[in-house]
Amino acid sequence: MNNWSWEYVGDILPDLLHGLWITVQATLLGSLVAFALGLVWALALRSPSRWVTWPVSIVVEFVRNTPLLVQLFFLFFVLPGWGLTFDPLTTGVIGLGLHYSTYTAEVYRAGIDGVPEGQWEAATALSLPRRRTWTAVILPQAFRRVVPALGNYVIAMFKDTPMLAAITVAELLFQANSISATTFDYMEPITVVGVLFIVISYPTSLLLRALERRLVR
Amino acid sequence: MTGALWELFFEGVWITVQLMVYSAVLAAAVAFGIGLARTSRLWIVRFLSGVYVEFFRGTSALVLMFWLFFALPLLGWQLAGLWAGTLALGLSYGAYGSEVVRGSVQAVAPAQREAAIALSFTPWQRMRKVILPQAVPEMMPPFNNLLIELLKGTALASLLSIGELTFQAKLARLSTGQSAQVYGIILVLYFVIAFVVTRIMRLLERRAKASIGRAPEKSGWFSRRLPIGGPGPQVTTAPGGKP
Repeated sequence: MNNWSWEYVGDILPDLLHGLWITVQATLLGSLVAFALGLVWALALRSPSRWVTWPVSIVVEFVRNTPLLVQLFFLFFVLPGWGLTFDPLTTGVIGLGLHYSTYTAEVYRAGIDGVPEGQWEAATALSLPRRRTWTAVILPQAFRRVVPALGNYVIAMFKDTPMLAAITVAELLFQANSISATTFDYMEPITVVGVLFIVISYPTSLLLRALERRLVR
Repeated sequence: MTGALWELFFEGVWITVQLMVYSAVLAAAVAFGIGLARTSRLWIVRFLSGVYVEFFRGTSALVLMFWLFFALPLLGWQLAGLWAGTLALGLSYGAYGSEVVRGSVQAVAPAQREAAIALSFTPWQRMRKVILPQAVPEMMPPFNNLLIELLKGTALASLLSIGELTFQAKLARLSTGQSAQVYGIILVLYFVIAFVVTRIMRLLERRAKASIGRAPEKSGWFSRRLPIGGPGPQVTTAPGGKP
């Protein structure tokens, strides 16, 4: 049994924190993609035409029910063959964003359905155009309801970013692995990575719970 | 795509299914154990089970898997890859499942519990004859979601070089160089497994609900209903309840 060495932890911490920064970047950029694309799916699924809802629902169900890791490999190995070459971080952000957009779509759907019927009727009575009904009446009320749920998906996404190590994004787990590959000592790097994840995700989820109590009543 | 490649894929599917079933069994055991412990009368039991849930929900399943596979041997326990994968997936999805168990048990009408007490059932009889038969049907839809998330999680085990579907795909890609076909096929295979799992869970839900005289809810063609509040703790919604 080896002994835990704080000195070793101190040596590797700068590299790990650099990895953490990339992890955070991937999470935040991925969230932006997921928030935007999810809204697109949610609105498309409300379309009156079956020619829109059917293909969209098939794509959404397919992406939602297959592993993110395999989707990342698909993007990483297949897109360059189609002439689309991105750096690994961009590929990872697209993969994370696309995967989680299929979840946020469902969140938006619930949020939009939660807006009382009377709001739609009032918008009709005021003969607001369709666009303004959405942007000035429905979506502002829906967003308030969906913030905590979206936040929960951001945390889930944060915990999925280690998968990006598999497509060579130099995030937290990747840094830990490359350190371990040179020192042959896995204990400290992997443990520190695990602790960092908890230290960030637990307080964030407490914060969200508080926010949920305030926003959703 | 030659026959040999398909054989490789089906071997992968078999190991994926094994990994999913083992982890699901472990996760179910953890979910019921921890979930019921969280409704205990003793504060220390509630506190410790709460710590378990927050710990395993706070960490990343992949990091946990790597820790079990690479760091644990340094403490003297060498785990085979399949078991490290099973343990990591079972422990973390068990933590998510325990919230489902807790929510469903607490959602059973209090009068049912009181009636069982009035009939002087023992706590064990109360749980087995009154509470669980009513709570379990409500757990089925969220358990279905978790099972699909677990299936997706088995892909992580490929990074420990376990020969499941994603790993076999990597081998196939290296030997044929046809990335688009290989990854396209295994995405479809995963989707098919998820579809079959969902159908089985729907069947179990229908049966469990029929046994207490309720009808299952209507659902779409894939029939997976996501929790409205997202994957985190649900303050406003109890499983099966309306927000």
